[in-house]
Amino acid sequence: MALMSATRTVPAAPQRTATPPTWRRLDWWLLACVALLCAAGCLLVWSATSRREDLTGGESSAYLTKQVVNIVIGVIVGALVALTNHRWVRIWAPVIYVGSIVGLALIFAPGVGATINGSHSWLLVGGFSIQPAEFAKLGVIVGMALVLAERAEGRLRPHLRDTDLIPALAIAAVPAVLIVAQPDLGTLMVLGATVFGIIALSGARKRWLVGLLVVGVGAVVLAFAVGLLEHYQLLRFQSFTDPSLDPRGAGYNTIQSRIAIGNGGLLGQGLFSGSQTQSGFVPEQHTDFVFTVAGEELGLIGAGAIVGLFALLLWRALWIARDADDLFGRLAAVGVACWFGFQAFQNIGMCLGIMPVTGVPLPLVSYGGTSMFASLMAVGLLQNVHLRTDRRLGLGIVIRSRLQRSRF
Amino acid sequence: MNTARPRLVVVQILVMALFITLFARLWYLQIASGEAYQAQAVDNAIEDVVVQPQRGLIVDAMGRSLAASRMSWVVTVDRTELGELAAARRRAVLHRLADVVDLSYRAVLVRTKLCGEPGAQPPPRCWNGSPYASVPVAEDVSQAVAISIQEQGEDFPGVSAEQQSVRSYPHPFGVNAAHLLGYLTPITADEYEHAQAEQDSSLNAASLVGRSGLERAYDRYLRGVPGSTGVAVDSMGRAVGAGSAFAATPGQTLVTSIDARVQAIVESELRYAIHTARQTVDTVTGRPYEASSGAAVVLDPRTGRVIASASYPTYDPDVWVGGISDADLQHLYAKKAGEPLLSRPTQAQLSPGSTWKPFMASGALSNGFRRDTELNCSSSFLVGNRAFTNFESGSHGYIGFDQALQLSCNTFFYQVGYELWQRAGGEDRGARADAVLADMAKAFGFGKPTGIDLPAEAGGRIADPRWKLAYWRSTKDYYCDVAKEPGSDYLHVFAREFCLEGYRFGAADAVNFVIGQGDTVVTPLQLAVGYSALANGGIVYAPRVAKAVVGPDGNLIRRIPPERLGRLPMSRRDLRYIDTALLGTAKVGTMAWKMGEFPLDEVRIRSKTGTAEVYGKQTTSWVATYDRNYVVVMMVEQGGTGSGTSGDSIRRIWEALYGIDGMDVNTAEAAIPGAKPPRALPTFHPDGSIEAPILRIDQRETRRRVEAGP
Repeated sequence: MALMSATRTVPAAPQRTATPPTWRRLDWWLLACVALLCAAGCLLVWSATSRREDLTGGESSAYLTKQVVNIVIGVIVGALVALTNHRWVRIWAPVIYVGSIVGLALIFAPGVGATINGSHSWLLVGGFSIQPAEFAKLGVIVGMALVLAERAEGRLRPHLRDTDLIPALAIAAVPAVLIVAQPDLGTLMVLGATVFGIIALSGARKRWLVGLLVVGVGAVVLAFAVGLLEHYQLLRFQSFTDPSLDPRGAGYNTIQSRIAIGNGGLLGQGLFSGSQTQSGFVPEQHTDFVFTVAGEELGLIGAGAIVGLFALLLWRALWIARDADDLFGRLAAVGVACWFGFQAFQNIGMCLGIMPVTGVPLPLVSYGGTSMFASLMAVGLLQNVHLRTDRRLGLGIVIRSRLQRSRF
Repeated sequence: MNTARPRLVVVQILVMALFITLFARLWYLQIASGEAYQAQAVDNAIEDVVVQPQRGLIVDAMGRSLAASRMSWVVTVDRTELGELAAARRRAVLHRLADVVDLSYRAVLVRTKLCGEPGAQPPPRCWNGSPYASVPVAEDVSQAVAISIQEQGEDFPGVSAEQQSVRSYPHPFGVNAAHLLGYLTPITADEYEHAQAEQDSSLNAASLVGRSGLERAYDRYLRGVPGSTGVAVDSMGRAVGAGSAFAATPGQTLVTSIDARVQAIVESELRYAIHTARQTVDTVTGRPYEASSGAAVVLDPRTGRVIASASYPTYDPDVWVGGISDADLQHLYAKKAGEPLLSRPTQAQLSPGSTWKPFMASGALSNGFRRDTELNCSSSFLVGNRAFTNFESGSHGYIGFDQALQLSCNTFFYQVGYELWQRAGGEDRGARADAVLADMAKAFGFGKPTGIDLPAEAGGRIADPRWKLAYWRSTKDYYCDVAKEPGSDYLHVFAREFCLEGYRFGAADAVNFVIGQGDTVVTPLQLAVGYSALANGGIVYAPRVAKAVVGPDGNLIRRIPPERLGRLPMSRRDLRYIDTALLGTAKVGTMAWKMGEFPLDEVRIRSKTGTAEVYGKQTTSWVATYDRNYVVVMMVEQGGTGSGTSGDSIRRIWEALYGIDGMDVNTAEAAIPGAKPPRALPTFHPDGSIEAPILRIDQRETRRRVEAGP
């Protein structure tokens, strides 16, 4: 009854005080983290490429310029997502999902798909290369959140029905199959972690979570056993356990990135002064291995700060999930948090030699247009969920999501 | 939903744990073991300079080098470094470079252009390799030039002179073997990308890749693995000293069954036959024979291994070394020069003429005709209203298959072909008619590539009813269009007839087929494989040039066994009968006039000659001969009669194969001492010397040491 009375007192409040302007209601801690990470990314990409004439074609700031353009576009797209009415976000969710599936399928169409570094995961459109798998992560998050929310809302049940999980898993399975076919192992692992996080927080029963874990581990074991993995992927995994197996081939990345990071020490060699970075020993250093630039040139202080910024960003993302009004918002926020969290861990762990080498970029930091757009859209989604949360209500999410069913 | 909060807390704790792990690992790498990594980083500042591996040797059966390697100075240009210079300075550097290496400025400029970039010329003049590899501009320059470029480094930014291993051809006994060996050209950008995607460390941006012949077929054994000399550099890339290095792994040695002495003799005899034919006037056309090209093949019928294979016209394989010049490349493809790049033994496809008859006799004996069948060898045979004549209209009365083969009687075989054609249904059955003779030809390996271990082999064609129908189907649209046009010249008359009746395998086709005329074509190698099967009692082999692959340390890596494709579907008695009949050709038949005073009782040569008519050209000369140890086949395109053009050369090849002097046979003096190709492999010693295998010569064992490649 106490709860009910609380709800009765609430409706008067909005009439008394005007809603603060949107810009004040944004999550500024989150934005500060994102801005700092993007800025650090620009510097690191610049440092990694300024002397690589084979990449830049002689103009040392070419990649810096491109990355700034990527961020500007990403911020605009992200702002649109953040400021869109939350109903419209739900309308747009299927569009984003279907669009990313079409993109993934198009990769296999002759003439538009391209293979880079052994992975057939790029679309070449009008001189730009796009990685649809990046958008697919976002598509799966909003798709699953929408399906689960639609099913759960309006029922006064503590658990989702088991049958409610089937369509949600199907939503994730379609892009997962396409990503396996590319093959893009890293993205698949990130997607797996994200799906698991969403299912866990959707209120599914424990046996489902245990089942998913068993299936996931089983699939990995099976992939090794029947040789589903490509030769280079096996080599990467083997050289992860013992890089000296193939010091010039698959183990090269692992060894070189550890040396570069180890060379940084406490304070680092200074931006643009890392001997390993500037000589180009670490492959793909401006994209997947960008963290090694921070490691060598900014040292424990700088690289640790990047790890710290990610931790803070995730803290805020999970906080937004905790506060979210409805199931859709909460699951979307959790999905983004799991995505960023696992991908950042996977990427930094790979640079540090505690995770196998799989080509996933460091969100918001690595060079690359598609990854940046998708990441900033995800940040926009977090802000959107945050803006919708009416703090002044001060109610538990359980009650609220049952009362105000955001159906349309 | 009441589970959400606790689970969210679990996720929060998990995330924080992961990030604390990352931070701990970062601390471990940078602080706890930072010094060790910093030491490695110093050591790591080493720039890889690629060292190309030495390509594997190609040796003959006795261990003589047919293709070796030597060191050569090559001048390369770094496009990136050159591109950084101001335009005027770049021009000055290239002008200076052109002067030093004795090339025109334009030639040097063209060489440094990337294929496809503006101003680039078509390959091979432009650079088809990786954009980041150094472009070789001048190869095989003198040491003096190389040293002057190295010493005046400041005058030549981006230019360097390096030692590189290139192919050399020792030419033992003067062998050429250009078509057998093949050639190398630089790796293309596509191939390089593919190799990188496959993590293939045996290729780099400056590798040479085998393009034809053995160099292509066994490229992956011959090429070796590149190494690198580590040059220590500071963080700015300036060289400060030598560091650690990966040694290049030299390529593996390819042992072939070629015998350099036999190969040299066969090449020179083919050349002799062609040059002689060019001085002989053709009685039909009244002009000297064109003798435009030729081929000669020697096989070991017991194993199907190739002992010699010559192609004419040929070229010096050295033209490919260090990049082929434009003029040389055009010459290799020039019609006027006889397209020297074509390998005639495997790529020339010609009507076999009368050398076809033993295969037809095999088919006839397996299909109703008997060894004692006798038919009239009249001067002509009437098919419908058209008379098919004997060569020079000779007639020999009633004879058996043996004499018909020895005398090469056409009318005899016309009757055989006509009767089998009628038995199969004549005009009525069309493409479904039994083609027992064509089936036998297929069993001998005709109509498809022999499967020799050389690339780009032609398959020939058997003009049976099925082929005729398929050919008509694919060309009738064109001919039926031509047929509708007015006109009474040969083309139009032919087109009308072909449009209506072209699918029909008529009597004329049947009688042409049986004497190896018409649309049936074979390669010289196919013919040699067919005769090998007659020689070895009926086994058809896919011929092999390579015998084994041996590692750079001398250890055997892989034997390359001969491949048996099948056994002839005919009785041993029939086979022996044909074998015996062909023995008579050199004694009383078409080859006899060239084989006087030859010890035929000791060296029992079976032979068959052929003179194939070609529409609009002079006749093709064929001779096929064999005994138990060797098969020798020679072909001269537009070369006149079989025995007339090639008879003397074939005789001299046999004399060399058995060490014959007059009527004396001395196999110790034979081209392969003992007159039997060795089964054993040469011995490769660690010091690089090569020892010939032991040969059986008159029950004595002789060891001979041959010179090792450089």
